[in-house]
Amino acid sequence: MATHMIIKNKAIVEDDWVVLRMDENDTPQSVVVPSGKVIVPLKVWQAQRDALQHRSDLGVWFASDERAEDMQNDVTKFSVIAVDFPKFADGRGYSIAYHLRARLGYRGQLRAIGDVLRDQMFYMQRIGFDAFATRPDKNIHEAIKGLSDFSLSYQASVDQPLPLFRRAHRGDRS
Amino acid sequence: MYRYDKFDHQITAERVAQFRDQVRRRLSGELMEDEFRILRLQNGLYMQIHAYMLRIAVPYGLLSAAQVRMFAHIARKYDRGYGHFTTRQNIQFNWLKLQDAPDILADLASVEMHANQTSGNCIRNITSDEFAGVARDEIVDPRPYAEILRQWSTFHPEFAYLPRKFKIAITGATEDRAAIAVHDIGMAVVKNAQGEIGFRVLVGGGLGRTPIIGSEICEFVPWQHAITYLESIVRIYNEYGRRDNMFKARIKILVKALGIEEFKRQVEADWQFTKDGPCTITVEELNRVAACFTAPAYEQLPENDAAVTAFKLDNRPFANWVQRNVKPHKVPGYAAVVLSLKKTGIAPGDATAEQMDAAAELAERFSFGELRVTHMQNLVLADVRQSDLIELWQAAKILGMATPNIGLLTDIICCPGGDFCSLANARSIPLAKAIAERFDNIDFQHDIGEIELNMSGCMNACGHHHVGHIGILGVDKDGEEWNQVSIGGAQGNTSSIGKVIGRAFTFAQIPEVVARLLQVYVRERFEGERFIDTVRRIGHEPFKEYVYATPVKEDEKLAGAEYALLEAGTPYDTPYYSPRF
Repeated sequence: MATHMIIKNKAIVEDDWVVLRMDENDTPQSVVVPSGKVIVPLKVWQAQRDALQHRSDLGVWFASDERAEDMQNDVTKFSVIAVDFPKFADGRGYSIAYHLRARLGYRGQLRAIGDVLRDQMFYMQRIGFDAFATRPDKNIHEAIKGLSDFSLSYQASVDQPLPLFRRAHRGDRS
Repeated sequence: MYRYDKFDHQITAERVAQFRDQVRRRLSGELMEDEFRILRLQNGLYMQIHAYMLRIAVPYGLLSAAQVRMFAHIARKYDRGYGHFTTRQNIQFNWLKLQDAPDILADLASVEMHANQTSGNCIRNITSDEFAGVARDEIVDPRPYAEILRQWSTFHPEFAYLPRKFKIAITGATEDRAAIAVHDIGMAVVKNAQGEIGFRVLVGGGLGRTPIIGSEICEFVPWQHAITYLESIVRIYNEYGRRDNMFKARIKILVKALGIEEFKRQVEADWQFTKDGPCTITVEELNRVAACFTAPAYEQLPENDAAVTAFKLDNRPFANWVQRNVKPHKVPGYAAVVLSLKKTGIAPGDATAEQMDAAAELAERFSFGELRVTHMQNLVLADVRQSDLIELWQAAKILGMATPNIGLLTDIICCPGGDFCSLANARSIPLAKAIAERFDNIDFQHDIGEIELNMSGCMNACGHHHVGHIGILGVDKDGEEWNQVSIGGAQGNTSSIGKVIGRAFTFAQIPEVVARLLQVYVRERFEGERFIDTVRRIGHEPFKEYVYATPVKEDEKLAGAEYALLEAGTPYDTPYYSPRF
């Protein structure tokens, strides 16, 4: 299996997961899920659950119009869940990640796939993504710098359960 | 006013550094325009017809003298010597270069300012009552809450890529001066029967293509829960708001599609997970922020100043100015003064660097060093001793900021229009000028009384034409510029959306159309009745009938060069970024 580079836990690493994308002739019922480490669309998981549920090398990915709640208790079955960003300006993936982490308690790897670019990665990291399959035409060594744009944030999020006003003594001018 | 602590400074500095690097990557070609566009918009930077435009956030409209002086500096150093105050209490500079933007943001950061999220599909600058803290009808000062929400919304990781822009307004007074009913979220600070403070929350109001008055989603959200409640509203919108059609992407369309009851159900189901959680606002944080908005050191003064009363009797222009531009203050002997940026011949809301410096000086001399920007595009000195009014009036007159027209016909709200904006269908600034010239006579304006004339160069409605008593909208018909006229719109406690009176007019017909509308009003009004109230009482028909009864002649003067569009010959310094190439 060919490997490629992704960013995982703030480091650039080799990765051998394959993302299965259906083409227009495929249906969730009929598409063939290859062997090996594969991340399948949520719809495929739902359609082929009986055949797939004993595979340990399986991940699932969400399209931006799908809902984390649709998986409910299944989230604990996976060590990798991915969220697709069809365009980087489509912000639904952030709320999907929020639900997976904050409401469904998902603790495994949460990977951003699709139009994943440096300048959105700081927000993605805050909302619970810990792996980034950056767009292949971009330099991944440049992209990783996006994770450290800020050292501080006002609000609570998945990475930081307390808002600034509860975690710091505020009001000092210097 | 709010002062940055070390954390605010650090976050702002890191933002400037981030954008500086993004501009560098854009200029080197590492970032493509379609990737960069959204980043620059979230830093307030637009690409307009002639140059880049920067929209700087003025949180809830409040400014220090030092900040206004920084605007003057920016106007001189990077722009063409002036700036434009907007209907969302911000300021825009129209003639900038991309490569200067990071330095401008660094200059702004040095006076605790920024341009974060003043554009883009994110939570925008939160607006409020321009008389917050001094208004007599205030229940609670809304500014501490506005500041707490500003910080919550700044770089919120979940809500940076919403379906569309998202605007929040907060008022704390009986009279709504923040137009909360036409915002994505409108909040009115209220006290419940137990005297506890909370918010009446409206959602789904807005102007633009589909003007809608907001619906009440909750009559009382206790203040501690403001962040979590708003977060649930925005989350439901982020998940379910339409993204297939940008004209149907605002929250108002979602609220309308679901119905307010169902929308509320979804919001409150989401809210159950976060209510009382760590994002609940603490008393300590509210007190910390509120301490920035304490009253200045007011003197004990008599309720009215005898010298002012006497001078008013002697001096008609001063009396006119006091009547229109001086507003009541909750502290005896003080007044809030509106500095008009609506002098005939000047683009509404424009101020030169000299005027800004001078306004800063007036603020220091007369008003504890603070100013406010109003959503009507004027400036306010909020804490003036009445005994200083004569001196202030004389100084403001020299600066061209004492036109006694606040709330009158020439206090026009106007967007930049076709002269600057790449979205506009029509000229706004030259039309405002033509109308102001036609009705320049101040006695006539005082006779007509309170009236709001709002104009937008396109249906994005930056000039709030829907809620103007008279609204003018630039429309495009086969590549030609036309103007639709509506009447009956209003902002405030009795908000309503204006109705178009009939077929559109040419640029040069509009002043005559306005004149005819006013003639009907003068004919029909009761003693003391405002234009809007006459429209509401007698309906549209008499106005429509009279306006269209005979052909409307064009004013030939308006074909002249001084009303023509700004020459388009001013190229970008870096031409390939220009929309004209």
